[in-house]
Amino acid sequence: MARVVVDVMLKPEILDPQGQAVQRALPRLGFEGISDVRQGKRFELEVDGPVDEAALARIHDLAESFLANTVIEDFTVRVEEVAEAVK
Amino acid sequence: MTARIGVVTFPGSLDDRDTQRAIRLAGAEPVALWHKDKDLKQVDAVVLCGGFSYGDYLRAGAIARFSPVMEPLIEQAKAGLPVLGICNGFQILTEAHLLPGTMLRNNHLHFICRDQKLRVENAETAWTSDYTAGQEIHIPLKNIDGQYVADQHTLDTLESEGRVAFRYLDVNPNGSNNDIAGVANEAGNVVGLMPHPEHAVEPLIGTGRTDGLPFFTSILKKLVNA
Repeated sequence: MARVVVDVMLKPEILDPQGQAVQRALPRLGFEGISDVRQGKRFELEVDGPVDEAALARIHDLAESFLANTVIEDFTVRVEEVAEAVK
Repeated sequence: MTARIGVVTFPGSLDDRDTQRAIRLAGAEPVALWHKDKDLKQVDAVVLCGGFSYGDYLRAGAIARFSPVMEPLIEQAKAGLPVLGICNGFQILTEAHLLPGTMLRNNHLHFICRDQKLRVENAETAWTSDYTAGQEIHIPLKNIDGQYVADQHTLDTLESEGRVAFRYLDVNPNGSNNDIAGVANEAGNVVGLMPHPEHAVEPLIGTGRTDGLPFFTSILKKLVNA
C-alpha cells in the first residue's frame, strides 16, 4: 500500500484571512520573525495497488475536480514513502 | 394549473421548509426533492436552499455538488431549467460550475446575521422579473462563507454582460469583489445569491417587509405564461 499526498493551498493572489489571523496571533505568543502565514489543506490518500502513472493521473483528476477548487486553489500531488512499521 | 417548483434537501440543509413555504405563498406548488433522487420529478424549476450541506466539509457546497440529484439538475439547468441557489445553494451552483466564481470565508472571519440592503441590478432573469432594475430591497443575510471572489476577467465579463444580479448597498458585509451579492448565468435561468429572500416573504417576520417574495412570483409568472 502506498500513500499519495495532495496539498491544497489558496492561490497566492487570493486573500487568506485565516492565515492572517494566525499570523497576527504569533507576536502575542512570543513568536517573532514570521512575516506571513498561509493556511492550506493536506489530504493523505491510501492507495490500494501500485501507484503507477495511471493511478497518479486519476488522483490528479480527483484533486482537480473535487479536492481543490481551482478557481481559488492550487494543488500538488506527490507519493509519500511509507516507513516500514517498527517490528 | 400552477407551476411545480422543486426544493432539494441535502443532509445539513436548513431552509428547505421556509423555501417551500415561500413558494406556496407566491402561489406555486413546492415539490420536495431529496439529495439521493436520480430524477427531478418533472418540476418546472428548482431552488437549492440554504444551510450547511455535508457540514460544509471540504468546502461549502463541494460535496453536495456530487449528489445524485445534481446530475439531472446540472444537465437540465444547462438546457434552460430555471434554478435559484440561495446561500449554500449559491455555493453549490458555483462548485457545479453553473455559476462563475466562488465564495471564501468572510473577510472579517465572523458569522454574520443582519438585514442587508441590496440593489437589484438585473431584473430580466427568470427569478427577478418582478423587480425593477435599480430597485433597493432588504433581505436577511446569514453566513460565514459569503465573500464572493472571481478572477478579474470573470468579473469584467459579469459586469459587461449585466450578470451581476444583486449588489450590497451601504456596506460590503464580507469583502465580496465589486460588492457582488448575487450573479446570473449567461441565459439568465440560473441565479445565485448569498442573502435569503425566502426569509422575507411575510409581514410578520423580520422587518415586516416582503422584499423577497418577488423571486417566487417572478418564476411563477414566467412558468405560467410560458
